[in-house]
Amino acid sequence: MVSIPNSKIRVSHFNLFYGTFQALRDINIDIAGNAITAIIGPSGCGKSTFIRSFNRMNDLIASVTVNGEINLDSENILELNPVLLRKKVGMVFQRPNPFPKSIYDNVAYGPRAHGNHNKSELDQIVEKSLRDAFLWEEVKDNLNKSALELSGGEQQRLCIARALAITPELILMDEPASALDPIATMRIEELIQELKKFYTIIIVTHNMQQAARASDFTAFFNIQEDRAGYLVEYDHTTKIFTNPALQITEDYITGRFG
Amino acid sequence: MARRFFIRKVQNIQDEVLLLGSMVEDAVTKAVLSLKNRDQALAKQIYHDDLLLNDKRYAIENAILIVIATEQPIARDLRQLASMLDVVTELERMGDYAKGIAKVTVKLHEVEIKLPMHEIELMAELSISMLHRALTAFIEEDAQSAAQIPYEDDAVDKLYENIYHQSVELMMAEPHNIDNSNLIMWVAHNLERLADRVTNICERTVFISTGELMELEVDEQDEDLDVV
Repeated sequence: MVSIPNSKIRVSHFNLFYGTFQALRDINIDIAGNAITAIIGPSGCGKSTFIRSFNRMNDLIASVTVNGEINLDSENILELNPVLLRKKVGMVFQRPNPFPKSIYDNVAYGPRAHGNHNKSELDQIVEKSLRDAFLWEEVKDNLNKSALELSGGEQQRLCIARALAITPELILMDEPASALDPIATMRIEELIQELKKFYTIIIVTHNMQQAARASDFTAFFNIQEDRAGYLVEYDHTTKIFTNPALQITEDYITGRFG
Repeated sequence: MARRFFIRKVQNIQDEVLLLGSMVEDAVTKAVLSLKNRDQALAKQIYHDDLLLNDKRYAIENAILIVIATEQPIARDLRQLASMLDVVTELERMGDYAKGIAKVTVKLHEVEIKLPMHEIELMAELSISMLHRALTAFIEEDAQSAAQIPYEDDAVDKLYENIYHQSVELMMAEPHNIDNSNLIMWVAHNLERLADRVTNICERTVFISTGELMELEVDEQDEDLDVV
């Protein structure tokens, strides 16, 4: 396993259960700051469950229990107030999910929810977030237009702008480009490369080429016999995709299973 | 079963690489035979066959590029395909060495000169045997066998030295034969280079297995001979 000298997140002995079923077993991983970490693995290995643990979205499921630690800098996020935590952690989902509101209101939603109602400050946040998401030029004259009128690729960049508006430290992306065409996918990947200068990014993807192209580190998860997900191999992306240490990793990335 | 089509495409390319290899072996055998028998027709046949060999190389290269573009292979699959690109280039150059020997046959037409045929035939036999086993190891991804083959290059180098010295002696004894003696050295040099290129194929076989690009068997004598 690769050693991460300046890790932003340290996951130690993390276990997650749905009732009595163990979905994640003894996950230990350091996530690098200002870098893109891809999580890959077959369906059902717990990739999405894992990244949803970073913003405690799994708390919404009554049967979920967890133990172990996920330290963001030095705070164990499993013990943080979820509302404060979600100001530090933004998330982008597989399908763009803008609110049925204007472009402006979508981006201003997070800051308003955290108590900011200052019009000029909100204007600045909306512009900066849209610029950072490479969407400003396309929408600056139509900020009051419904977000639902945007194309799929634009909607996904709006969702990224909405995540950026709360100035998070960590951005989680769960297959952010799987519903987009190749051009929109490329724009999202370029955007992610820009964002890593300021944010730490974790991306779940089923697209091996995307993981290979767009990430700095790759973690391969797999399923044990009792269906619990576990971390198999974690290394620089170039190493994983050219000469992984374990045969099982090679078998997965080259399509021999999964 | 997800890889069935990919595996079939790679196997087809491997078959073509083996076929190219056998064309090279055939070309070298015929080139040496043309020299031994002073057979001009056979030498010209090798010129013609070299065009087919070049075409085969480009066809394989094209097939590999199509698989890379359409399948986006990674890890060992990518190393294997990238290595095949290298190997077909090596084979095509080996074909050129055979053609070079055939040229000597043509140039020595009706020239009275004693050829060290025993040593030349031995060099060709050893080089072809090395090539044959190196290609088999390459296709079978047998890194262990591949790593051993380059050591046999020493025997080829010794024969080259032997022919070199014989040729120099001939030049000193018969200065009017300097040009022709030089042609004999050219033959030996081509066979020596051919065996060296076999080592490159073996290095690719090790690369496919380990992911490490490393030089196999660095021969100190190489440097001396390069001066030649």
